[in-house]
Amino acid sequence: MSAPLLSVQNASKRFGGVLAVDSVSLTINAGGITGLIGPNGAGKTTLFTLISGFERPTSGRIAFQGVDIGALAPHKRAALGVARTFQIVQPFAGLTVRENIAVGAHLRHARRDEALAKAEAVSERVGLADRLNAPASGLTIAGRKRLELARALATEPTLLLLDEVLAGLNPSEVRDVIPIIQDIRRGGVTVLMVEHVMQAVMSLCETVFVLAQGRIIAEGSPSAITKDANVIEAYLGHGAAKRLAARDVAHG
Amino acid sequence: MTVSGARGMFSAYAPILVVAALLALTPLATSANTVLNAMVLALLVALAGQGWNILGGYGGQFSFGHAAFFGTGAYGTALLQARYGLNAYVAFAAAIGAGAAVGAAIGFLSFRSGLRGSYFALVTLAFAEVFRIVANASPFTGGAAGTLLKLDVAPGNFQFASRAIFFWIALALVTLVLILTRAIERSRFGAYLVAIRENESAAQALGIDTFKVKLQAITLSAAVTAAAGAFYAQYFLYVNADIAYGAAVSVEALLAPIIGGLGTAFGPLIGTLALHGLAEGAKALTGRIPGIDVALYGALVVLVIAFAPKGLRGLAARLGRGLSTRWAS
Repeated sequence: MSAPLLSVQNASKRFGGVLAVDSVSLTINAGGITGLIGPNGAGKTTLFTLISGFERPTSGRIAFQGVDIGALAPHKRAALGVARTFQIVQPFAGLTVRENIAVGAHLRHARRDEALAKAEAVSERVGLADRLNAPASGLTIAGRKRLELARALATEPTLLLLDEVLAGLNPSEVRDVIPIIQDIRRGGVTVLMVEHVMQAVMSLCETVFVLAQGRIIAEGSPSAITKDANVIEAYLGHGAAKRLAARDVAHG
Repeated sequence: MTVSGARGMFSAYAPILVVAALLALTPLATSANTVLNAMVLALLVALAGQGWNILGGYGGQFSFGHAAFFGTGAYGTALLQARYGLNAYVAFAAAIGAGAAVGAAIGFLSFRSGLRGSYFALVTLAFAEVFRIVANASPFTGGAAGTLLKLDVAPGNFQFASRAIFFWIALALVTLVLILTRAIERSRFGAYLVAIRENESAAQALGIDTFKVKLQAITLSAAVTAAAGAFYAQYFLYVNADIAYGAAVSVEALLAPIIGGLGTAFGPLIGTLALHGLAEGAKALTGRIPGIDVALYGALVVLVIAFAPKGLRGLAARLGRGLSTRWAS
């Protein structure tokens, strides 16, 4: 059997006295959309920075397609096929939408005209085709989230890490972006997404990992996760699961 | 090549050739040595600024120490001829190489340690100062007396009786770098450089080896500025530590592109012509009040930063757009 696409084994990250990620292990196979959820401060974004290479794990192993990538710089991981978006969008503000996406496209296309053509193709997939010549600084927050997605997609990744691409969007914008993510998956890209918008997690993800205080506390289908006692406790506080169960019994 | 590709090439490079051709006529319009001399000096500052612009304007890495490269070019060509008797053209090429090597070394040390913004600026300033102090003290460079090149006017010695020839050579160098800069703008390297300027983390996430790109940029930037220094030494046949490595060189190299338009091909040339035109005009009008040119530089910098943060190049584009919309309506 071939190696899983991504395998994180006992990864920990310590910032001074804070153990942000505490021996996390998770495996993601090629294809599909996996969710990573958890309360604020659970360590989701830190785990993303470990996988994408912006931070090195204090201990543990991160393997991509069976190769240990734990010590590689971010640009080398991007070249291997790991792309990420940023929770706080990081557009190249002085450049146009087309130029922004072309920077990502250049990873696989050395020629300028090819990269620009690729940028156009990607802009259509994320619904930015009519804004290609607009400066990135002029985009709305929804537009910037799409741009973030487009740039990462233009690197032609195998694994796409989406860090709250739906946060800050209104419900109708969320409904617009969900099909884009589904389309990306259909295009053969494996997606791992940190997300707070549960509507999206429920409709997109096949598997969900729940992180709380740096540890994985549950793993399973979205519907199973929402009934998990540990998960309810993590979100709503100690004893919440028992109280909810008691209330359900009382209300019959 | 496609038709649109050919048209793109034309619209990218034709303005450069037109500007170069027009400037090349200057010696035909005037034979006054003072004018030609001022023009040669302006072109040298433009060239030094073009070097700075590659790293600072496109790459966003503001150096306060481009004198380190200018001076290495100047001393390189002077010492190789005066001490080792090298042919002037070979020395010129070697001096550019030496400047590039100094750039690569400073870049390696600064970028490897992750220096950015004002920290990078201060470190480059410090390097230039160290070079200045060493050049001023070392007997090898002639100490405070500097290095003098033997006057031996002959084309084979890169020495010409006519200032017009020097002017045309300087103009050829500036034109060459204009073309180089335009080619960078249209390349992957240029896209990566601008991406680093705009957002380094995002650049890394998209697979850009930011250290490598910055190192290439500073090496190229240093080579261009070193060419300006080498030409300077060849033109005056003299160099000393304050001329070569003085802070004034670093300031001029960054002022020209900032005034003209950061990260644009024509910015350094436009900025230099504006600055020098203004300074010369002021000197003529005020009967040479000492320091009037420097005071005007300061005033112009304040005005440009306050009202035209994209430089004169950006201001012209904005005015052009304003006019065209007015005509259209």
